[in-house]
Amino acid sequence: MTRTASLCTASAAGILALTVVGLVVGDFPVPAREAIATAIWDRGSEFDFVINTLRFPRVTVAVLAGICLAVSGALFQSLIHNPLVSPDIIGIDTGAAAFAVAILAMGLDNQWLPYAAFAGAVGTAGLIFVLSWRRGFSGGRLVLVGIGVNALLTAVITYMLVRFPIERVSAAARWQAGTLSSSSWGDARTLAIGLAVLLPAAFLLIRRLRVMQLGDDMAIALGVGLEPSRLAVITVGCGLAAVVVAVVGPLGFVALLVPHVARALAGTLSGGVLLLTALLGAVMLLSADLVAQRLFAPTVLPAGVVTAAMGGPHLLFVLRRFNRAA
Amino acid sequence: MPPDRVPSPTLKAEQLFADYGGPPVVKNLTAAIPTGEITAIVGANASGKSTLLRALARLLRPTEGAVYLDGADICRLPTRSVAARLGLLPQSPRVPDGVLVEDLVRRGRYPHQRIFHQWSKTDDQAVLQALELTGLVEMRKRPVDELSGGQRQRAWIAMALAQDAPMMLLDEPTTFLDIAHQVEMLDLLARLNQTENRTVVMVLHDLNQACRYASHIIALADGRIEAAGPPVEVVTAELIERVFGLRVSVVSCPVTGTPLCIPYRHNY
Repeated sequence: MTRTASLCTASAAGILALTVVGLVVGDFPVPAREAIATAIWDRGSEFDFVINTLRFPRVTVAVLAGICLAVSGALFQSLIHNPLVSPDIIGIDTGAAAFAVAILAMGLDNQWLPYAAFAGAVGTAGLIFVLSWRRGFSGGRLVLVGIGVNALLTAVITYMLVRFPIERVSAAARWQAGTLSSSSWGDARTLAIGLAVLLPAAFLLIRRLRVMQLGDDMAIALGVGLEPSRLAVITVGCGLAAVVVAVVGPLGFVALLVPHVARALAGTLSGGVLLLTALLGAVMLLSADLVAQRLFAPTVLPAGVVTAAMGGPHLLFVLRRFNRAA
Repeated sequence: MPPDRVPSPTLKAEQLFADYGGPPVVKNLTAAIPTGEITAIVGANASGKSTLLRALARLLRPTEGAVYLDGADICRLPTRSVAARLGLLPQSPRVPDGVLVEDLVRRGRYPHQRIFHQWSKTDDQAVLQALELTGLVEMRKRPVDELSGGQRQRAWIAMALAQDAPMMLLDEPTTFLDIAHQVEMLDLLARLNQTENRTVVMVLHDLNQACRYASHIIALADGRIEAAGPPVEVVTAELIERVFGLRVSVVSCPVTGTPLCIPYRHNY
């Protein structure tokens, strides 16, 4: 078995183990055997509510959202040849948050929130793409424009937070932290549908991306149509990030971090490395959510706080290595 | 030789103008690349050598005129079908972090693959052959960024070879190499031309290397062709003075019999 294959197997085993832990631990402990039985076949069990309404959907959402974010980050980093890029850094999450906060702050019906967040994410992606287009497309420009848009949207959010009544605004602030606490099977279904469409597309784009990594000239020479390929990669990458932010809220650093770990473990981009990235994304979000739930139990932290706390130091580490190489 | 190799295409530029959004760099240039030969494009800095090569390789869209590959406008052909006929080695391609030699070479197979078409035996053969021709079989598992300059350049050539295009364009393939590695690189290209009948077009800085290795020279000055033809016929002291503004004495090379330019000092 190749190195990548063994790492993928190990990560898959890790996901299974963490899933079981996620079902077992909590304020209301459930023995492992019963937890698994209830989740898979024993619907009449006394733990049915705790497992199948509270915990199982939650771990499922963590797995699916982790996959989406990690793959999205890997696509962006390969496209832009920059390891410090991810959808949350160029403003996709902030765009979603601006729309979501607007819905919450104005006191509109919560059922519109996921749609608004999705529209915000996609709209921001479109805006960044249009603004960074000048006789073609440059990755560097996309990042700079994205950072600018991100700053602008952050200002809009801050304005709304100070402008609207505190009781509405506090819900908005909570949403912005990104939490898996209230995840339902409906959320899991939305993520699964998004993944079913976008994940195969991401894998189909790998071969192109591997060539595009050799620089624009080399990519053209090898027969890659640059502009359509870039548009496809950005669409898939933004789509994955948008689905997550619509369902779960912004979860920083997963998209930025996981592709690094996968690269450091298994090397430069390939189908196998992308699979590993996806699995590690699930591992990271599952563990982050477990920590968020149990670290200060019974007080529950938003998972986004934990991913940021894990991501910050790692980012500094990456920057250190980056500086040394340059 | 893998079976899907297409015969060498014809490539020519007609009344070509090209620029980078400013004044024209290549001006009304008409040239044909002789099939099955080695062509060297020479000229002073900023004479339009690389621009011409980029236009020939469809990296740069001409503002007027056109480049024709097998008689069809290269900018209108599907880019993959061009890639199967025309390989290119740009001046400074990007090395992805930590990429291994073999992985780099495998990426050259892109134009031969289709969406649901798995990696095939032909692909494996082409990669192995490219590694053998460039003497990199032993280094296939080494990261490209750990190789020496000469080895790295060979890895790129291997990638272009795996692309398996019958015509190869190279932009200054000897830059950053010491003289021994320069000769090694040019010998490799000459061998590819002789044994595999690949057409080679390259931008070269060194006139004497151009004279020695190329059978056809295109000398550019200020975006126009000053002379084109076999080195023995076109390389004269008078041409070099026009192209480079440098007085030289052209003698016959004692080793190969090709023209050898010996510059005078400016204050001589």
